[in-house]
Amino acid sequence: MSQTFDDISAQLRRRHRRSARLKWISMGALGLAGLFLVLFFADMLSKGLPAFQQAYVQVELEYNEDAQRMGREAMEPEDAKIVSRSFERLIPGMLRDDPDLLGTTETRWVLANGEVDQYLKGHRSKLSETERQAVDEKVENGQVALKFNTTFFSQGDSKMPERAGIMAAAVGTVMTMLVTLAIAFPIGVMTAVYLEEFAPDNRLTQIIEININNLAAIPSILFGLLGLAIFINFFGVPRSSPLVGGMTLALMTLPVIIIATRTALRSVPDSIRHAAFGVGCSRWQVVRDHVLPLAMPGIMTGSIIGLAQAMGETAPLIIVGMVAFIPDVSASFTQAATVLPAQVFTWAGEPEQAFVEKTAGGILVLLAILIFLNATAVILRKKFERRW
Amino acid sequence: MQNDQLLALFSGVLLALGLVAFFMGRAKAARVRADGVAMHAQPDQYAWFTVLSTAGPALLVSALGAFVMLLLGASIPLPYLLAASLIVAAGGLTVGIAQVRPDFHARKAIERVIRWVLVAAALISIFTTFGILFSIVFEALRFFQMHSFWDFVTGTVWNPGASFLAAAGRAEEGASAAQFGSVPLFAGTFMITAIAMLVAIPIGLLAAIYMSEFAPQRVRTLAKPTLEVLAGIPTVVYGFFAAITVAPIIVGVAGFFGLDASFNNAVAPGVVMGIMIIPFISSLSDDVINSVPDSMRQGSLALGMTHGETIRDVVIPAALPGIISASLLAVSRALGETMIVVMAAGMRPNLTANPLEDMTTVTVRIVAALTGDLEFESAETLSAFALGLVLFAVTLTLNLVSVLMIRRFREKYRVNNL
Repeated sequence: MSQTFDDISAQLRRRHRRSARLKWISMGALGLAGLFLVLFFADMLSKGLPAFQQAYVQVELEYNEDAQRMGREAMEPEDAKIVSRSFERLIPGMLRDDPDLLGTTETRWVLANGEVDQYLKGHRSKLSETERQAVDEKVENGQVALKFNTTFFSQGDSKMPERAGIMAAAVGTVMTMLVTLAIAFPIGVMTAVYLEEFAPDNRLTQIIEININNLAAIPSILFGLLGLAIFINFFGVPRSSPLVGGMTLALMTLPVIIIATRTALRSVPDSIRHAAFGVGCSRWQVVRDHVLPLAMPGIMTGSIIGLAQAMGETAPLIIVGMVAFIPDVSASFTQAATVLPAQVFTWAGEPEQAFVEKTAGGILVLLAILIFLNATAVILRKKFERRW
Repeated sequence: MQNDQLLALFSGVLLALGLVAFFMGRAKAARVRADGVAMHAQPDQYAWFTVLSTAGPALLVSALGAFVMLLLGASIPLPYLLAASLIVAAGGLTVGIAQVRPDFHARKAIERVIRWVLVAAALISIFTTFGILFSIVFEALRFFQMHSFWDFVTGTVWNPGASFLAAAGRAEEGASAAQFGSVPLFAGTFMITAIAMLVAIPIGLLAAIYMSEFAPQRVRTLAKPTLEVLAGIPTVVYGFFAAITVAPIIVGVAGFFGLDASFNNAVAPGVVMGIMIIPFISSLSDDVINSVPDSMRQGSLALGMTHGETIRDVVIPAALPGIISASLLAVSRALGETMIVVMAAGMRPNLTANPLEDMTTVTVRIVAALTGDLEFESAETLSAFALGLVLFAVTLTLNLVSVLMIRRFREKYRVNNL
């Protein structure tokens, strides 16, 4: 049976329609992925931005004898209900440090407790009806207000949400990353230099190459098991310390740095090497004086990306105990510490409503740092990229 | 004296010896050269050689001593060890100075040392793999001495409950014997992985097709890094997102259809994990599709195929090994993903086919076993290593298969950038 021209052109139209459909569907898939990204950031911002504001209350403080023992005695009983207990506990210490305060009065803005804070932000709060009215009244008089949350950026962890901050975790992150970089960067660059510039093409080299690609794909939690069994149990590195966390993350970051460095070394054209050999440089001199400096921007970019990856990693750090409760900022490589993602994890497990926004606030800080790092890497690459 | 002070003193003396070696070596070489004798190397190279011969053996001796102490348990008093190292350093210094001779190839000697240092650095990655393997295998073996391997693989009840009593020597007090049947854990893991793949593979693949076949250059340069952002978000953040935002939505939607969903259902972590994995699949598939030779597209279009038919019947089949390889890598990544499931999936081992129920995964149990206050010797803690061993074996296999597939693709089309 032969087809008429109408049949064929109808078939052709159908085929072209189907082709167009594929285009729209695939475009939709990309759009969907983009939509996820937008939704995700919108959700984090809406949950996390309130964390950068905190309720403060203006109270009259009367430094009397009783306040030396019980901080809350310095305040009106009504005020004491809405002031953070963390501030009440500070009063006896203030009086001890400065005995002249005794007998004086003072009006100042102090941290309100978490329930007042949640109430002002319109979240679920455990305040009673009369307390809500009292707070409303004070808001009218300008005695209770939301202000920029300095506590969040200057304090360590706390069981009281209004007092909890990310400073201890931020310091811990810096210490851990220092260890990671100090180990992973030199070893990674040396490995890449060996594989690209020195290694003969033999069995051992191939094994090392396969092994590095494989390490890059091993689940991160298994690095945690290695850290626990070898670094902590065998070598006796202190548990929960930035040292052990940094060493574990260094092993994880190593493949990233090696692969990036190799790509950077490979992009340096052979003519550079030939020229250097031609004037009598030894192999090492060629690498040190010519190839490495030219590959440096690529190596830096790769290292920054590796660092950003390590900075967001949590699972291996949980295994080596870096989810400790760290109320005080301490800059030591061997004492217990926590890092930003681990702090986020700890707060996500807290039952109080107020910690939800702290968690999201911590996430925003973490994401801001990561975006900054990645942007630096991109700019570095754009600025120093050379086309040969 | 404290160990810290001793070590500081040791480093100080070693540094001073190094400086002495550098300047003495250079001075001697300069003197020899000033006499008009042609030398094989520059004075600075002789200087660096003497530094190496001073510090190298000394550091080796102290490292060796530290290893002997750790591995054999022999106790060498720290002062003696450090003193011995310093004596070796002094010996090295004299040997190094003596080697500053016109007929000595100082540069070659240095470069030989550098080469060995580079080899040592390259071997660290091998040691890491072995470290992971050994640490897991040894502890896993100890676990399998307590509980049979067969029960672990085929058992359907995971109830480590009373195992800490057994570790404390009070096994008979436990109400029921601890059971380590890992089937429910693997069922949960595969369920969540499957959900993640259902989200990631279609979206990732279609996005890759759009980017490489349809999109104008401008969209492409913008879309690729934007998608990569999804991969750069820390998993702990995704976990929070899954638990706080997605899980309630799933429960709400399920409720709308009259279904009863748990807040720790498997769909929320699965979907969020899928979102995380989209860029893995899209970016690798994009590379692979781009390296399918254009001649194949031209041939297909010349035969009158439409653009869509060319993609479906020519480009995708040609790129299939690469796409499968990307998907396998994604599966391996999903299996080992920890934070999302720790935060959003359940803790209760639950053998069910209903993704709306709570179920737990291998990684969740590893974290649970190692973060409790249990003794390291208890069977529950050691079970984490047994689970880790299985995880290691599965992901290793997936990775190797994926590498082999991409290699086959590469050889077929002779592309080098994959």
